[in-house]
Amino acid sequence: MTVTEDRPASVIGQRLLRREDPALLTGEAKYTNDLNIPGALHLAVLRSPYAHARITSIDVAEAAKMPGVVAAYSGADLAALWAGPMPCAWPVTADMKNPVHYPLAVSKAAYAGDGVACVLATSDAAARDAIEAINVSYEPLEAVIDLNDALSDRVVIHDELGTNKSYTWDLKVEGHEGQVDEAFAAAAHTVSERYVQQRLIPMAMEPRAVAAVPQPYGGDLVLYSSTQVPHILKIMTALTLGIPEQQIRVIAPTVGGGFGSKLNVYAEELLCVALARKHGLPVRWNEERVENAHATIHGRGQIQNIELAADADGKVTAVRVRLLADMGAYLQLVTPGIPILGAFLYAGVYDIPLAYDFSCTGVFTTMTPTDAYRGAGRPEATYAIERAMDTLAAQMGIDPVELRRRNFIRKEQFPYTAFSGLVYDSADHDGAATKALALADYDGVRARQKTQNVEGATKRLGIGVSTYFEMCGLAPSRVLASLNYVAGGWEAATVRVLPTSKIQVVSGTAPHGQGHETAWSMIVAEKMGVSPDDIDVLHSDTAIAPLGLDTYGSRSLPVGGVAIAMACDKVIAKAAKIAAHQLEANEADLEYSGGAFTVKGSPDRSMPLAAIAFEAFTAHNLPDGLEPNLEAQVTYDPPNFSWPFGTHICTVEVDTETGQVDVLQYVAVDDCGVQVNPLIVDGQVHGGVVQGLAQALYEEAIFDSDGNLKSSTLAEYLVPAASDVPSITLGHTVTPSPTNQLGVKGIGEAGTIGAAPAVINAVVDALSGLGITDVAMPASPHNVWKAMQAASTKSAKTKSANTESANTESAIRGATT
Amino acid sequence: MIGRRAKGAANSEGGSHVQIHVTVNGTAHDSDVEPRTLLVHYVREALGLTGTNVGCDTSSCGACSLHINGEAVKSCTVLAVQADGADILTIEGLAQNGEMHPMQKAFMENHGLQCGYCTPGMVMAATSFLKENPNPTEREVRLGLEGNLCRCTGYHNIVQAVLACAAGS
Repeated sequence: MTVTEDRPASVIGQRLLRREDPALLTGEAKYTNDLNIPGALHLAVLRSPYAHARITSIDVAEAAKMPGVVAAYSGADLAALWAGPMPCAWPVTADMKNPVHYPLAVSKAAYAGDGVACVLATSDAAARDAIEAINVSYEPLEAVIDLNDALSDRVVIHDELGTNKSYTWDLKVEGHEGQVDEAFAAAAHTVSERYVQQRLIPMAMEPRAVAAVPQPYGGDLVLYSSTQVPHILKIMTALTLGIPEQQIRVIAPTVGGGFGSKLNVYAEELLCVALARKHGLPVRWNEERVENAHATIHGRGQIQNIELAADADGKVTAVRVRLLADMGAYLQLVTPGIPILGAFLYAGVYDIPLAYDFSCTGVFTTMTPTDAYRGAGRPEATYAIERAMDTLAAQMGIDPVELRRRNFIRKEQFPYTAFSGLVYDSADHDGAATKALALADYDGVRARQKTQNVEGATKRLGIGVSTYFEMCGLAPSRVLASLNYVAGGWEAATVRVLPTSKIQVVSGTAPHGQGHETAWSMIVAEKMGVSPDDIDVLHSDTAIAPLGLDTYGSRSLPVGGVAIAMACDKVIAKAAKIAAHQLEANEADLEYSGGAFTVKGSPDRSMPLAAIAFEAFTAHNLPDGLEPNLEAQVTYDPPNFSWPFGTHICTVEVDTETGQVDVLQYVAVDDCGVQVNPLIVDGQVHGGVVQGLAQALYEEAIFDSDGNLKSSTLAEYLVPAASDVPSITLGHTVTPSPTNQLGVKGIGEAGTIGAAPAVINAVVDALSGLGITDVAMPASPHNVWKAMQAASTKSAKTKSANTESANTESAIRGATT
Repeated sequence: MIGRRAKGAANSEGGSHVQIHVTVNGTAHDSDVEPRTLLVHYVREALGLTGTNVGCDTSSCGACSLHINGEAVKSCTVLAVQADGADILTIEGLAQNGEMHPMQKAFMENHGLQCGYCTPGMVMAATSFLKENPNPTEREVRLGLEGNLCRCTGYHNIVQAVLACAAGS
């Protein structure tokens, strides 16, 4: 072991370069589809071209005869392989409607892309050729793509449910239900806004890929998958296929991004496992981009109605929210819970009383199922409150920053018990806002607006602010229980000092771009006083890391990272016993620093961790009763969510002749508590901001009235390119979390949560002089044009109404004089 | 025309194989390929060079970018037979003697990658771009890389990496 006396006092906080990078940069990293699996059969899935259709017959005979084809199956052919339906782990209410569905549809397709049959062949090309030869007779039914139309039950999608409504979930403050109506009745100002969270397609750059590989003898199987959740996938595969859990090992090799879309259990994973077992051969599948757009979950898809009541000073006194949430055709792993994750955040970062009334109704449509997409419910909530705050400010004629300042939960109020009973751990909203305003030259932009946005100006300047909380670090298990989530929210870690003193860290987190290997090595280096180079980080293989709950919801650091730090403490505690024994000292007289124990006051009596590790391994001379080896495992259930926060400010110029929005500057000040590696934190914010900005300006899953996805390729679905987005100015404040020993909070979703409202607030601000009060997302040239048309029609009507009333008034005057 | 004309044209069934000769990362290969085989599938499956990734079906994402005769090309837009006679460089051939190329180093030093899936294509596009424009402005870098999509980084650090590489060379 290298005991690094010359190392910086603290490893945590260094901008350490990522150890993951060389393999990724040289092309040596292996994603699932890169694995060389001799003899593997290739799976191709035939998908319904109809959004809603009865399947009257399927004939696979021709396909089965095609060159290279080993087998072809309809959904009915495979029905006996499933021990249970596709899993949904979040039944949000006791009476939630959940249509039973299997990896392949049998009698009905419920969205365009729903799998109805499949082929196994000796090559991917042969399999894809052969699915074209499958003959399916469909009886097309009406598509349901409008959420209110869905709710009307005009066309019921799942006959057995008798309704398209899945659930209604409410959040009211017990004993204070009447306060909302009272607050609205007494309000000096109210706003009532309707926002549409358009459907988004996550579009991780690596499409999904799966390979199921039977092992010699006994029925064991290794499932490789491009997944964020190898542990959850293992359990769900066992349950849905009726396989003893110990026979399944799930490995997530290098994973090319997820953003929530790989937090799921997918039909193709189960098909590969079931067919590999049936045929006794490896079965693999890789997703084409057009399949990814259709058959990997979508995000967002909500109609939001938000009402605010405020007193004469603009202090918000009540919040009322009604959501209509698009479940898509089926409930995937956590589909119904996504809007509920936002339920607690519609009051934003503001100090509101107990007057809060939230209700969400989930409805089925004949579109791709929705589920978690970066932020999952929280960007939607933040968008609604931050847009509504701007509307309130505009209505009152005050600056939107001033309105926010009047409402912020103040620094000294933390820890703050919110209306929901949740405790916000720590924050300084005014501090983050002040920093962001300075970086954005807010006052300067406001001054420039006065000279630029004159009557008739076609290039209009706008500045928009959003202030946010990211409720993350999922999650205290008991809170999840209260939300009817089936699993817990803990995370596991093992820290093991090897005989040669190198350290292995085993984490239950499952990174897919976040740099955990680098970050976890830094935590252990800090705790153990050794070099990060002496630490190996193992993860994403259920045989190596059998316990874990994976990576999503910005949980890896505040739950998984903290578990690692706690495991280090346990290792040090055990090492202390060995050191005390060897140094013939009292354990209480030892101090651990720089990778060695020293007897206080006797610097010459010292024992390095390397020597202790070897003693623990040989076990020749351990204290009585102490087990050999030096390792510790911790399973950590966080006492609270973590609450990162910040302020984002966007400056735009809108061309009123073309509708084009140019982002001139983007400032993000994020506070995620103590930063383990600021380099990685910056990267997370950059990427998150651009995904939020992409929702605001570019992206939308567009369906036609027949339920066909019209934006199913990267040529049509506008994931922004480098030329479409600005550089980002970052600032940070550091408000440690008091709930964990590292003082850390999550950062993965913050950028996305803060960005969309900041951008749209800026666009609306730019156009406010034209009577525009809202622009639909994405604020494409077309949507900007539509908003301008609507405003000019409205203003023409108002003008003519004013003229009429003026005429009437003068007529009355005329009559009286 | 990218390479020379391949021996033996595709027959109408499209099932026959065509012989091509290519040099990939300095190694000569004589291969029989199906006429419909895309160059990206040839390097990945026939040569096992899986560093070149596939991210879309529409030549939109650029994850499969490699160099043909020194120029970045999306290898999903090229049939393997069209590359007959060509000199191809993939991400695996960029590092020399175990030493990463300055562009690879610049990506690492500037945290220009997260999940890494777009990275090989992005690096190959960026090295080709700097040959055309050795001293680009930030805007020129953004325009020069607009054929390569990244979902993780927001491009900020990719742009910084390319600018740093340009400044260092």
